[in-house]
Amino acid sequence: MSAPRIPAPTIRLSQLAKYAILLAFAVFYLLPVYLMFITGMKSFAEVNINRMWDLPSGLRFDSFQAAWNTLRLSFLNSLQMVIPATVISSLLGSLNGYVLAKWRFRGSDVLFTAILFGMFIPYQSILIPLVLTLQRLGLYGSISGLILTHVVYGIPITTLIFRNYYASIPTELLEAAKVDGAGFFNIYWRIILPLSATGFVVVAIWQFTSIWNEFLFGLVITNSPEQRPVTVALQNIAGSQYTMWNVQMAGALLVALPTLLVYILLGRYFLRGLLAGSLKG
Amino acid sequence: MAEKAAGAVRPAMARREAVLESRLPRVGQWLPLLVIAPSVVAILVFVYGFILWTTLVSVSRWQGIVPDFTFVGFRNYATIFLSYRFQSDLRNTIVFTVFFLLGSLAIGLLLAVLLDSKVRGESFFRTVYLFPMAISFVVTGTAWQWLFVPGTPQEPTGLNLLFRKLGLPIFIDWSTTSDVWPNGGLQVEWLRVPLGIPLAMLPVIIAAIWQMSGFTMAMYLAALRGIPDELREAARVDGASEWQVFRYITFPLLQPITLSAVIVLGHISLKIFDLIMTQTGGGPGFATDVPGIFMYETTFKSNKYAEGASIAIVMLVMVSILIVPYLIWRLRSETER
Repeated sequence: MSAPRIPAPTIRLSQLAKYAILLAFAVFYLLPVYLMFITGMKSFAEVNINRMWDLPSGLRFDSFQAAWNTLRLSFLNSLQMVIPATVISSLLGSLNGYVLAKWRFRGSDVLFTAILFGMFIPYQSILIPLVLTLQRLGLYGSISGLILTHVVYGIPITTLIFRNYYASIPTELLEAAKVDGAGFFNIYWRIILPLSATGFVVVAIWQFTSIWNEFLFGLVITNSPEQRPVTVALQNIAGSQYTMWNVQMAGALLVALPTLLVYILLGRYFLRGLLAGSLKG
Repeated sequence: MAEKAAGAVRPAMARREAVLESRLPRVGQWLPLLVIAPSVVAILVFVYGFILWTTLVSVSRWQGIVPDFTFVGFRNYATIFLSYRFQSDLRNTIVFTVFFLLGSLAIGLLLAVLLDSKVRGESFFRTVYLFPMAISFVVTGTAWQWLFVPGTPQEPTGLNLLFRKLGLPIFIDWSTTSDVWPNGGLQVEWLRVPLGIPLAMLPVIIAAIWQMSGFTMAMYLAALRGIPDELREAARVDGASEWQVFRYITFPLLQPITLSAVIVLGHISLKIFDLIMTQTGGGPGFATDVPGIFMYETTFKSNKYAEGASIAIVMLVMVSILIVPYLIWRLRSETER
């Protein structure tokens, strides 16, 4: 301890090790993306399994074109599904969150916990009744059936995020409004909603991402290629054309693109949704 | 942390809220209930009602396309538990969960600690580590399947080819072997599957860690940023080494966040389906098969609805063992405030 200290070299060495580790992990995370890109750029003839790490001979977008042709319909299906489902489940979550944060009643905490449980269940445990019910409602195999499903099973997480978000709005604001004679909806419309912009962005990003990426419901609820979402369509390319790696990788990139764009453009809110979704507080 | 401060203010807020409630106009008493009612009904039917319904199917004779609700007791459960495939599924779920959790927590913590120590390009690293979270498990499975194409010892492919080029040892059998380590596993007389680590599970675990470790990194980083600097500074002034500061100050303070991460990652891993479905399809043999895949195929491919339902209920029980105590604990600590 009392020996003369020579801090500079040790610090530099540990700094070096630190950046080496950080960079090594960055390579680990980016490796699949690199491989997807270079494979997607190759033509089928060029996809040689022994040279899979080599760069493509040139910039060719044939594989992307082929993947897009296969996925286009499903891509539109996913959009048709994800937009209404996101909007409706966000609105429901906002109203529920408002009630559970600001108009608490006897048993509201128990009710909230009971709702939260729905977030964790394996969906296999409701799948059979869900299919039977959707069949009876005439919604089985349709995008509307998927929208309904995503809205219902989105309620727990959207309610959770909005409830936590609204808890930070000071109650004095509501009190003042109430003194002025504002009622339940008036307060929601005039005070809560105008303060909800960030909350809606966070919830919408979360819902958009998880609904777009969802697979099990899409697989089970849709029975025709015309109605299936994009994740199911991608799995289908992978299943049927097992040697078309170039198309598969291009397809995978296309499927990942919308949520990646959201992540890159709105990363801050994405992270906030992530932390809120992890039940913190 | 901000949360603690909020906790101190809460009683006052609760009192104010109680006052607020007493001042509500009459209409306010039922309006909130009316607003939340549709969601509550939906959850009641689609979660609790459907779970009950699935439970009924699981003790029925329903096999084939026509529903048959004749009660048969626990016969379907006996059938699945005695099957080689389901025993393999349970073993695989445990192996997957343990390694996936340990891997994600360790890597997440390591990266968070490194990023917390004033790093150049922090936001670049953060963005790179977290982006797999934005991607579907289906995409992850598709990509990693390609990375783990094994090749032959003479002509390795995928990661093996990369390793060979870098002069690293290669592991040729990883996605094609149904071997269980150690050495064929531990054979228990009354079990039909060997206990141990199915080697083909490793690529799946690596892909899952790739996807989710950024999430633990983000959680740990948020938690680390929430620890007041004075706390660690004080310890340093008292002569604690950096390791001691971490071991005795930082690490204990990270425990709540570790619990949250275990809950989130744990419930994902107990019901994992899409990743494995796309990466390995459960093969080779049933070396990477899990209850989620078994349930899907039993129910919707073989039309054995009753057996499928009992697999689903076992999955629900496994998740509930993890989740229910946590939810109750959360509820208690919330009402105590």
